[in-house]
Amino acid sequence: MNIVVCVKHVPDTEVPIKIRADGRGVEESGLNHVLNFYDEHGVEEALRIKERFGGTVTLVTAGPSRAVEALRTGLAMGADAAIHIQDPALSSLDHVGTARVLAAAIKPLSADLVLCGKLSTDDNAAVVGPAVAEFLDLPQATAITKLELGEGAATAHREVEGAVEVLEVKLPAVITVERGINEPRYPSLPGIMRARRTAVAARTLADLGIAVPPAGHVELLNMTPPPKRQAGRRLEGEAAVIVQDLVRALREEAKVL
Amino acid sequence: MEFTLSEEHRLVQSTVREWAANRLLPIAAEMDRTGSYPRGLVRELGEMGLTGVFIPEEYGGGGMDMVSYCVVLEEIARAEAALAAVLSVNNSLVCYPLFAFGTETQKRTYLTELASGRKLGCYCLTEPTAGSDAASLRTSARREGPSWVLNGSKIFVTNGVEADVLIVYARTGSEGPHGVSAFIAERGDPGLSVGKVERKLGIHASSTAEIVLQDCRLPADRLLGEEGTGFTVAMATLDGGRIGIAGQALGIARAALEDSVAYAKDRRQFGRPIAEFQATQWKIADMATRIQAGRLLMYRAAWIRDQGRRHTLEASMAKLFASETAMWAATHAVQIYGGYGYIQDYPVERHFRDAKITEIYEGTSEVQRLVIARQVLGALDHAVEPVRAGGREA
Repeated sequence: MNIVVCVKHVPDTEVPIKIRADGRGVEESGLNHVLNFYDEHGVEEALRIKERFGGTVTLVTAGPSRAVEALRTGLAMGADAAIHIQDPALSSLDHVGTARVLAAAIKPLSADLVLCGKLSTDDNAAVVGPAVAEFLDLPQATAITKLELGEGAATAHREVEGAVEVLEVKLPAVITVERGINEPRYPSLPGIMRARRTAVAARTLADLGIAVPPAGHVELLNMTPPPKRQAGRRLEGEAAVIVQDLVRALREEAKVL
Repeated sequence: MEFTLSEEHRLVQSTVREWAANRLLPIAAEMDRTGSYPRGLVRELGEMGLTGVFIPEEYGGGGMDMVSYCVVLEEIARAEAALAAVLSVNNSLVCYPLFAFGTETQKRTYLTELASGRKLGCYCLTEPTAGSDAASLRTSARREGPSWVLNGSKIFVTNGVEADVLIVYARTGSEGPHGVSAFIAERGDPGLSVGKVERKLGIHASSTAEIVLQDCRLPADRLLGEEGTGFTVAMATLDGGRIGIAGQALGIARAALEDSVAYAKDRRQFGRPIAEFQATQWKIADMATRIQAGRLLMYRAAWIRDQGRRHTLEASMAKLFASETAMWAATHAVQIYGGYGYIQDYPVERHFRDAKITEIYEGTSEVQRLVIARQVLGALDHAVEPVRAGGREA
């Protein structure tokens, strides 16, 4: 079973984000980047499948040079190989463009299964996984909480409002995973040493046969920080007065009544 | 000069930091209060290779170096200091001597189990009348046919209650350092028992116990190293151990600093956060500076050890400075918290209690200064002078 996992190096969600002066991205300096939370679940799922059925786990990322760290983390967890697509043109791609590039790198690997995180915690778009499936012309199942592999097909559980959908997907397929699917392992020290010895294959867009960077469908115009939270207000006085003030504030200011 | 951690060291750091934040920090106060830790934690650490960081993978270890070991202990102690003591003993004081001085059979039998965290080890050197003057130890080992028979009492044994494998130092010959030999004992060996369990000021979650040896009979193949070389084993072991304690101490110091920073920004007096008062700022600045200085001493000592070079002086300097930094930083953290620093609802009183042991165990600050002064003044012929171990440095 050859499994490919798409991963992304994203800002640590614990660190406060600053918007860049031009408003078209976040300030990178001082940011700590990590392997995307949902992708960790993707790597874990791939490793568990490999441990049961044998095969290899190959990681693919498209990103700047620092993104190799996301690959190292996944290799340290136990993945076998990694591909790093690095190209100056990447920074201008939208999600569909990124998916096209990833698909081009995945295509020659003849994967039985492609796993992605349900979304990346920086952009929250949840587009890349499904778009990769389209470009590879493979069936897909998204936000999966349980995956069982059978002969040439997989059963996938998907939590929807108030119910669990059970899907059958023909393999090869693209599966995007939800957090509940597993508990990712921590990298081990021997894993970290092996990750260091594993060569990461570098690819440019030209290497992937993409002469002209894919045109974007979406352009980011501007980013603004969410409004600052106002300080709380304490209502004072007799209980009867406070209740009246509270109801008025809930109706007129908070508009929740 | 290069002052940054390598990519793999940073990956070790972020991995252990995340593990400690998720698995250890949430139960740290409870561990301190109950004086125990979930045994499963040692297994988890073992699966990550942290119970034998610098032991080769073929013997169940993490296959990394001393710098990694410093990173690991700092991150663990940042969350909870007692588990760092548990780890430090297993890594430095048990796995290391087995790796450096053990026979191949001893390594296969004991080291692989200990380095992988399936078993836990302890180190039995100190006696009621032999502390800093370890060479005066009186526990005896006499040969009886195919066996060694040990008699005596070891105290202040970290992991003494839980340990499956014990490294025991006993006198097989004359007075002084050359009459000491090292032995491998196991829980369940006839005549070996756990005596008094100590109640301590800090690092509550790790056990500290007396180990009683009463006609404790060990097969001949339990001798670790050659007969009469026990003191060499003990001292070579302590050099690495001291670097580890520096890591533990700096973890505690960092906890004191990070908790102080968070509190100083949040706590308001006289209409503003106390972080805006210079009296607070100076304490924070000095804590951060000393921690950084301690870390440089520690990494340098670790790096020299990783080069296979003598590091007795550097290890002592790192341990001395880091442990005094921990105590100093924790003292000031309590002061920044004021009355809240003195009560158990906040973490800094725990850091304060935990910090003190780092100035005492694996060589008191006084012994470290003695070692440093001897090196600086020129070697004096004395029993405590550390003797170099043969074999590969781990």
